[in-house]
Amino acid sequence: MRLRLRYTKLGKVRFLSHRDLARVWERALRRAELPVASTQGFTPRPKLHFGLALSVGHESFAEYIDIDLDPERVGSFDLQDDGDDLRVRLSDLLPVGVDVDSIVLLADGEPSLQEIVTSCTWLLTFDRSAGELVARRSDELLAAPEIPVVRSRKGKEIAFDLRPNIVSLHMRHQADSSTLEAELGTQPRAVRPSELVAALSPDIEAVRVCRTAQWIAHDGDRREPVPSWVRTEVRTP
Amino acid sequence: MQGQGRSAATLADAMTSIWPQLEPLLNRVERPARYIGCEDGCVVPPHDPAHVAWLLVYPDAYEVGLPNQGLQILYEILNERDDAEAERAYAPWTDLEGLLRQHGLPLFSVDTHRPATEFDVIAFNLSAELVYTNVLNCIDLAGIAVRSAERGEGDALVLAGGHCTYNPEPLADFVDAFVLGDGEEVVGEINAVLARHRNPATGVTARPDVLADLARIDGVYVPALYEARFEDGALVGIAPTHPDAPATVEKRTIVDLAEFPYPRRQLVPLTEVVHDRLNVEVFRGCTRGCRFCQAGMITRPVRERPFDQVRDMVVEGLARTGYDEVALTSLSTADFSGVDRLVGEIMASPAASDRVSVSLPSLRVDAFTVKVAADIQKGRRTGLTFAPEAGTWRLRQVINKLIREEDLYSAVDAAFSQGWRRVKLYFLVGLPTETDEDTLGIAELAANCVAIGQRHQRGASVTVSVGGFVPKPFTPFQWFGQNTVAELQRKVNLLRDATRRMRGVQLKWHDPRATLVEGIMSRGDRRLGAVIESVWRRGGTFQEWSERFSLDLWLEAMAEAGLSVDWYAHRHRHEDEVFPWDHLSAGLHRDFLWQDWRDALDEVGLEDCRWTPCYDCGACTGYGLEHRVASAVPPAGGSQGTGQDLSSGAAVPVTLLARPATVAVPAGGPT
Repeated sequence: MRLRLRYTKLGKVRFLSHRDLARVWERALRRAELPVASTQGFTPRPKLHFGLALSVGHESFAEYIDIDLDPERVGSFDLQDDGDDLRVRLSDLLPVGVDVDSIVLLADGEPSLQEIVTSCTWLLTFDRSAGELVARRSDELLAAPEIPVVRSRKGKEIAFDLRPNIVSLHMRHQADSSTLEAELGTQPRAVRPSELVAALSPDIEAVRVCRTAQWIAHDGDRREPVPSWVRTEVRTP
Repeated sequence: MQGQGRSAATLADAMTSIWPQLEPLLNRVERPARYIGCEDGCVVPPHDPAHVAWLLVYPDAYEVGLPNQGLQILYEILNERDDAEAERAYAPWTDLEGLLRQHGLPLFSVDTHRPATEFDVIAFNLSAELVYTNVLNCIDLAGIAVRSAERGEGDALVLAGGHCTYNPEPLADFVDAFVLGDGEEVVGEINAVLARHRNPATGVTARPDVLADLARIDGVYVPALYEARFEDGALVGIAPTHPDAPATVEKRTIVDLAEFPYPRRQLVPLTEVVHDRLNVEVFRGCTRGCRFCQAGMITRPVRERPFDQVRDMVVEGLARTGYDEVALTSLSTADFSGVDRLVGEIMASPAASDRVSVSLPSLRVDAFTVKVAADIQKGRRTGLTFAPEAGTWRLRQVINKLIREEDLYSAVDAAFSQGWRRVKLYFLVGLPTETDEDTLGIAELAANCVAIGQRHQRGASVTVSVGGFVPKPFTPFQWFGQNTVAELQRKVNLLRDATRRMRGVQLKWHDPRATLVEGIMSRGDRRLGAVIESVWRRGGTFQEWSERFSLDLWLEAMAEAGLSVDWYAHRHRHEDEVFPWDHLSAGLHRDFLWQDWRDALDEVGLEDCRWTPCYDCGACTGYGLEHRVASAVPPAGGSQGTGQDLSSGAAVPVTLLARPATVAVPAGGPT
């Protein structure tokens, strides 16, 4: 039995690392007394599966965790009846800024988040003064047939093309800032927002980066890893 | 509680906070989670102008400072008062420090990111000598002058507590008042003085009056009210210059730990820290009498926490924090009365379920202890640590660590047979009377332990960890001249050569150069203030960190100040040496310490006075206190230090002792 939860990572806690947040989750689940399944062996660990890592400092409205429940201890837990209570209880046990907004039961054999997520939507906030540059460069990137970049990994330089994984870019200007909404592909390798910013211009820096959605391509359309009808409130970043 | 924290956080954010300026900088530093606070247990006190505002600072990195229990205890006690509020700060790492200075931002609390400039008191925990330059750096980052004499009306008061305050003289120029001993009670008395002198608009005023009133509190030492006199380059005395300052400052001792079940809400950090687990203090003080151990001398007498309270604190703490590990802390936890029954009850409690492990830091070296450890470490059995401290029985009698070889071997045999794969052994080199035979005895013990282990497991290994001995104030070894860096290194090299070809033995050692600086500070006087300031001004912060430590900075500063390293660190002291801490008291009679030093040189061991007649060290009799222990007899199977039960540890008595009422140790003359 596997649960999938969507949660936020907003505010001060965005400076936690992926690993830090994993430990926070382990403690919160123990306190919630949820019957989480454990790995076998010398050092049993709770069976938790995190989706795509979020860089330290980035915020998110759409993080996911899959939790395996121990079938022998799951007892009378019923998502229909207990799900909302669990959602509230976990949000309370998790630090400020980490709030669970939906919980679903996964069908058996549902593939892992890392396998099925195909793209993410990001909001990148820039100083208003950089707005025109970002807008112009966004158009240029979208018009380019390819965007060759080099990424160093384990000391080796690997060249790849950024363009196929830039799904869409939309610019919005506000009074004191400019926001770029970017959908970036994750397969075979996720494009990082920082790589997009570097491709836009080496001279600018995003003031804030926030993931607003993760997407699964599905029959020419896309859906979120939890059905959108589970949402308990309308979220506006 | 969490819900309250949220609304309170919003409220506090609207008040003074440097978070908006800090936030963009955190994208540019390593491990930014060090600076966000948000821990479970974090208090967001309402900023009330009528409160005395305390900033409690651990002068090292967050991951080292956060677990400090002393700081957390005071944090809770102060925040429970209705005339005080307390927040926490840790030394910002060098990358953030640079950015703070570049942007003109001060040290800040992690609780509400309130600038240090808004606090009435900046109080430091001093746990190690090598953090002294960080203390200066934090005072400077708080926007006030580092030297007390240059601070004025409206500036925060700088206080310090912790074990290093038993020789506070090296920091006498920088800290306004030091607190000796247990802080639980005295912190309230200090707060009352500050509240009396505090004006809601301008903060604590009339500094000279405040300092004089602080000096009247038992356990508080105000160095500015004392004059240190030197003749021919040596200290000849430290005496009060103010009528309110006592000639001798006595340490504070809380009588009953049961009255202070703190921390009630231990902080649970969101990012990784050292000792990241629930910690419950089971007793304070130790009378094993290890002669090198300052903690054991200055925290006497032994005061056990009641059995039921320990169990409740563990069970409630596990449920509240979600931790899967709890440490029962003290200077020798296996000596806690009924420790095996305690861990049995903890393991059987629903809060522990099957996932929780209990750890006992500072294991006693005997098979009984290993049995207890085996009962509680169901899962991971990676490493077990023992501290024989010296390589031969002769030297262990000198230091009064009365572990026989068979005790160690039976403990190690029990450990490997119970499934542990690695045993770690702690030793000191540079101990008084140490010969090369003693040093090489360490290698021999290690080799024998590996051989014992290999009877049970082919991959059995022993890690030998060697530290250089630093003589400390208020110990029998305070008269001893510390080994030089070259001598310590030579001993380490002897061991390195001896263990090089030993299969299964790994040797690790502490940098003898850092040991030297600790030694200078440990028994140093006020003149070292100039040295600390000079090292700090040249960027010598985070000296506890090997990648940041620089002996050259210290040696240059000593030379500049015209001070001799030899005189401070390596010189043997005469019986009537005037120590820089002679005007302070940990309750120990100087003639007891001197006699113990003579006994050490005569290789005479002393039994633990919890279960034998009193030696009149002074810690109980001087303060009208008694040991508070639940058991009138020494713990089963333990020979270490007691001398009473020398039956071989391999046969572990498992019958439990009933818990009698608190037993008073008769206060008599020395035996």
